[in-house]
Amino acid sequence: MLEVRDLRVRIGQSQILHGLSFDVPSGGITGLLGRNGVGKSTTLRGILGLVTRSGEIGFAGAAIGTLRTYEIVRRGIAYVPEDRDVFSSLSVEENLQLAERPGNALRYDLVYELFPEMKARGKQRAGTLSGGQQQMLAISRALLNAGNRLLLVDEPTKGLSPLVVRDVVDALKRASEVVTILLVEQNLSVAHKLARDAIVLDQGRVGYVGTVDALMSDPALARHHLGLRPAGSGR
Amino acid sequence: MSTVALLLLTGLGLGGLYFLIASGLSLIWGLMRVLNFAHGALFTVAAYVAWQLTLPWQTGNAAVAWLAGLVIAIVAGGVCAFLLEVFLIRPLYARPIGQILVTVGVALAAVALIEGIFGSDPKQMIVPAWMSASTHVFGADIPNTRLLIASIALLVLAALLFFLRGTRYGLVVRAGVENRAMVEALGIDVDRAFTLVFVIGGMAAGLAGFLAGTYFGYIDPARGTSMLIFAFIVVVIGGLGSVTGSAIAAVVVAVVQQFLNFYAAPGIGDFSVVILLAAALLVRPRLTEAG
Amino acid sequence: MNANVRYALAAAGVALLVAVPWVPLPLPPFFSEPLRAPGTLNLLALCFVFGSLALSYDLIFGFAGLLSFGHALYFAAGVYTAAIALTRWHWTLPQALIFTLALSIVLPALVGAVCLRVRDIQFAMVTLAFAQAGSILIMQNPFGLTGGEEGLALGVNALPGFLVGVANTRNLYWIALGVLALTCAIGWWSVNSAPGRVWQAIRENERRVAVIGLNPYFYKLGAFVVSSFLASMAGTVYLLIEGSASPDVTTANFTLALLVMVVLGGVGTLWGAVLGGIVYEYLDFRLVVLANASQLQSLPSYLRIPLSEPLFILGVLFIVLVLFVPGGLAGAVRRLNAAIHVSSGSH
Repeated sequence: MLEVRDLRVRIGQSQILHGLSFDVPSGGITGLLGRNGVGKSTTLRGILGLVTRSGEIGFAGAAIGTLRTYEIVRRGIAYVPEDRDVFSSLSVEENLQLAERPGNALRYDLVYELFPEMKARGKQRAGTLSGGQQQMLAISRALLNAGNRLLLVDEPTKGLSPLVVRDVVDALKRASEVVTILLVEQNLSVAHKLARDAIVLDQGRVGYVGTVDALMSDPALARHHLGLRPAGSGR
Repeated sequence: MSTVALLLLTGLGLGGLYFLIASGLSLIWGLMRVLNFAHGALFTVAAYVAWQLTLPWQTGNAAVAWLAGLVIAIVAGGVCAFLLEVFLIRPLYARPIGQILVTVGVALAAVALIEGIFGSDPKQMIVPAWMSASTHVFGADIPNTRLLIASIALLVLAALLFFLRGTRYGLVVRAGVENRAMVEALGIDVDRAFTLVFVIGGMAAGLAGFLAGTYFGYIDPARGTSMLIFAFIVVVIGGLGSVTGSAIAAVVVAVVQQFLNFYAAPGIGDFSVVILLAAALLVRPRLTEAG
Repeated sequence: MNANVRYALAAAGVALLVAVPWVPLPLPPFFSEPLRAPGTLNLLALCFVFGSLALSYDLIFGFAGLLSFGHALYFAAGVYTAAIALTRWHWTLPQALIFTLALSIVLPALVGAVCLRVRDIQFAMVTLAFAQAGSILIMQNPFGLTGGEEGLALGVNALPGFLVGVANTRNLYWIALGVLALTCAIGWWSVNSAPGRVWQAIRENERRVAVIGLNPYFYKLGAFVVSSFLASMAGTVYLLIEGSASPDVTTANFTLALLVMVVLGGVGTLWGAVLGGIVYEYLDFRLVVLANASQLQSLPSYLRIPLSEPLFILGVLFIVLVLFVPGGLAGAVRRLNAAIHVSSGSH
């Protein structure tokens, strides 16, 4: 579904991505993993054109590497940013309305089923929601926005309590039945629960491509790419 | 008591003018982060275009001429704003200082052009007879122009609020004032919203220019620039991107100005509101307040 | 170009400029009279004043990165303080100058201390607010000091003899040239000094400067005071040349014109700003004369009117520069230089 070839991103004086190439297959959840600072968020932003990038990006057969952000999003890629970025001064309902795209199947039924709170709190100002609720809103918004296509999700469980994390994981799992998800996660147990395939980044380059199972079961691989100590090493 | 009523109600009229010119500025600054120095030029150019085009009718049917002038000023403001945004502001999207500078250039050039064509002497504005009359309110005789301008400003406020709260583009503008990158990440072409906001601002500025001519009885090339300072004051005190904030601040600033100019000394009011601007800027932790 | 050659050229240039009042050479169409005529010298002196003023603005805007919309306030302070001291209080020239000097350090120190508590656009707006307040104050004619709208003409005996009268225009010329040279020297010295380098670091990234333990606030204040002081000095010279103080120098338009001068010449290069100031004032003066010239009168009105308004031409030029030539005249020269070097293979 998504083919990235030689993606390079430079921010200020630093080269963040040094020519990434990877594929995201249609359906299910693919994890984009790696240690802190390797460029995972930047990759998502590069795909969306939110940062200046070079390289070729193919989405569902079309080349999107030179398009503007809103044009890329209109082709069916939606974004759940790391900081959620909900519009605090607007109500929950208005946040969702903004995300409606003419021509996309309006997924309100799915969204309200996954997150009944969004319906209950429709008139509430988004700025007064809790962190977990804002995350639900951000995901709902992206589901409305993406149509049947691709969701780019950046660290959805960051800063959330375990109970809320569980809800978010369930919701993402359900969502992955209707959209493809590229998930950036630092929380490996979450990544393991959700993603089957993984692309691991290392210092702005692709380090490993394979299944999450294989990655987690090989301690050497895990330590090298993810900085994990093998279990029982007494740390 | 009647003096207070007079000052208060004429303050509302003046506040209406400030609101009209400040509301556009506030939205443009809040959404596009552009400090539009050319807003005063839009004000002036629209007023002069309206005056010039209705000149032959002004001695005949003053009411028709006035109404036609009003419409022409709004249209002229909108058209000039459109041209300005598309040809000068948009190309400089990546250079915010450049955008401000270009508006400075337009402000200087436009006013100079008006002065060259019309001269710097004021041009009298003919108004229908009933407008020159006064109405007795709360024991004071209030010139009808003040009451009319306040009413028009109120209508514009209602229209703007309806636009912002009740239409999709208004929703886009409100979200964009808060976070325009995220709006674009929702697949929305923010550029179009920018142009729309600029045009709305231009129309309001044009309306303000024409009504200022009605308020003072004449138009001159320098009025727009001096009004712009007060518009900045109103925008800062009312909050960037906030239309209701502009409305309240406009009334407060105008009324304070009127009262101080009368009770203290002429000019003290102007001085005080400028100091109020400095105070607001120093006290405000962040310049932006959405809503 | 090696440094020695550059210094030699600069020295020659300065010598030439000093010698101008003895040069009977006419230079049409640049000047309508020969170089040594009082009219020409007057114009040149004014150009030097604006060159100094533009340089002072470049110090805070181009080097320290502070966009101030209130710089004209300090120029006006230089004009009005000296005018009031000489005419209303009947002080001698040295007394007036010392007082103005002191004020031009104290005033920006106080105002800057307040304005610099905020940054960026807020800072720009606060400086605009203070400049407006100053403008209003001057127009109010408090205690009859400033003359309000009519301005304040220097009294007949306010100035010593060698500064008065058409024949002494050359003295004013030399004073303006001297002040320009002094301003350039102070400007050049400050940007190359340690604080000056901190200014440039602040312009690039203020947080980084704070992180290495320097307090940006005091450096910014320093830049503010130095540049305002230089502006006031220019203002006093302006007063001597014009012979009166007028509220025109307090308008917002005037500060915006400053911005035009510096951008015209090239932000961040001292000589560019000086050039911008000189060119701006020259055009402002000459375009009016040219507009009245007979050739222009015969043009159709839609051409004649815009061309006879100097601010229109300058405004349009400014817009064109901002859009297409962001580096101003200095930037264009630099690019030309680079192009020449590339083509001559001396890379």
